[in-house]
Amino acid sequence: MSRRPYVRPVARATWYMRQPRYRIYMLREVNCILVAFYCALMLAALAALASGQPGRWNEFLSGQQHTAWMVFHAFSLVYFFVFQTMAWFQLAPKAMPLQVGETLVPAAAIVAAHYLAWIVLTLIVFWLTGVF
Amino acid sequence: MTTRQIELEVMRYDPEQDEAPRFQHYSVPCQNDWAILDALNYVKENIDTTLSYRWSCHMMVCGSCGMMVNGEPSLTCKTFIRDLPDRVRVEPLANFPIERDLVVVLDDVMEKLQRAQPYVIRKDAPPAATDEYQQSPSVLKKFKQYTMCINCMACYAACPQYALDKEFIGPAVLALAHRYNLDSRDQGREQRLDILADHDGVWNCSFVGACSEVCPKHVDPAAAIQQMKLEGSIEWLKRKLHPGGRS
Repeated sequence: MSRRPYVRPVARATWYMRQPRYRIYMLREVNCILVAFYCALMLAALAALASGQPGRWNEFLSGQQHTAWMVFHAFSLVYFFVFQTMAWFQLAPKAMPLQVGETLVPAAAIVAAHYLAWIVLTLIVFWLTGVF
Repeated sequence: MTTRQIELEVMRYDPEQDEAPRFQHYSVPCQNDWAILDALNYVKENIDTTLSYRWSCHMMVCGSCGMMVNGEPSLTCKTFIRDLPDRVRVEPLANFPIERDLVVVLDDVMEKLQRAQPYVIRKDAPPAATDEYQQSPSVLKKFKQYTMCINCMACYAACPQYALDKEFIGPAVLALAHRYNLDSRDQGREQRLDILADHDGVWNCSFVGACSEVCPKHVDPAAAIQQMKLEGSIEWLKRKLHPGGRS
């Protein structure tokens, strides 16, 4: 009797379509495109600012207030919140489990602490930037 | 006991005759309390004696009956007919070569398991014959969940990273290595570092998390790997800040 193991082919380009959990993972990871885009946008803002011409900076700012840009920023905010903030807060107890004596701190408490810190930091940023 | 007729679509592969795997259908009268493994045993005993598959304990201990059930890596002894539709597809564990029918080749993982040295390594002499290793319940708690792994390899079948790159050490082996690194009796952390901190070790994991979702014993290999990444990063930073110092 001879051995002839069969190796099943892997769909290298479409593997993530096979399972809902893979698709969610890809939705999370595809954020790198948005991150790259925001880096480019920040460089454009810096270039406008560094030019020393108030006209260019004001032009950049008013450009950002166009409806299309506003829709894009709103989409990005929701996307980053749902697929980044929520996902990583949810995963935090895995990477940083806390143990007190023989008891593990419940994952929900670690996640809640992250949300609390996030809200407090947001309020501080709002206060520093004069929102209220 | 009520019975239900189930259509089993079983992947078959005979290395002496088949060029590629094919599906064979069996109509099985399943009792309500049967698991998929019982249905396979029924086929073997009553319909087709040539069907090959691994199993031993039928009680979630041996880890040998791992297969894909409707595309999900599962222990067939704990996957019950009553939770499944009338048509069930059973395939060998994904991401492994098929030896025959539902039997896969596990040589790759066995070799990686050896490289990770999943056993207590001592540099100092062990305690005297009359003495014992002492370990507090709180230390045991840190790694106990990882000791529950039964090497069923469902996590490898779920891991897309392992599917794409066979050099990746993979979830169960990394979780076992972490288990021994956390064990206060062990002194082999440095010895395991080469395999764990390598690109093919923890850094090849992109945290899909599927391994932990499919584990029938509720082990969390994804957590072990992320913890090792964190520890590795801190160690790297310490070495950069204080070269030659104790890590």
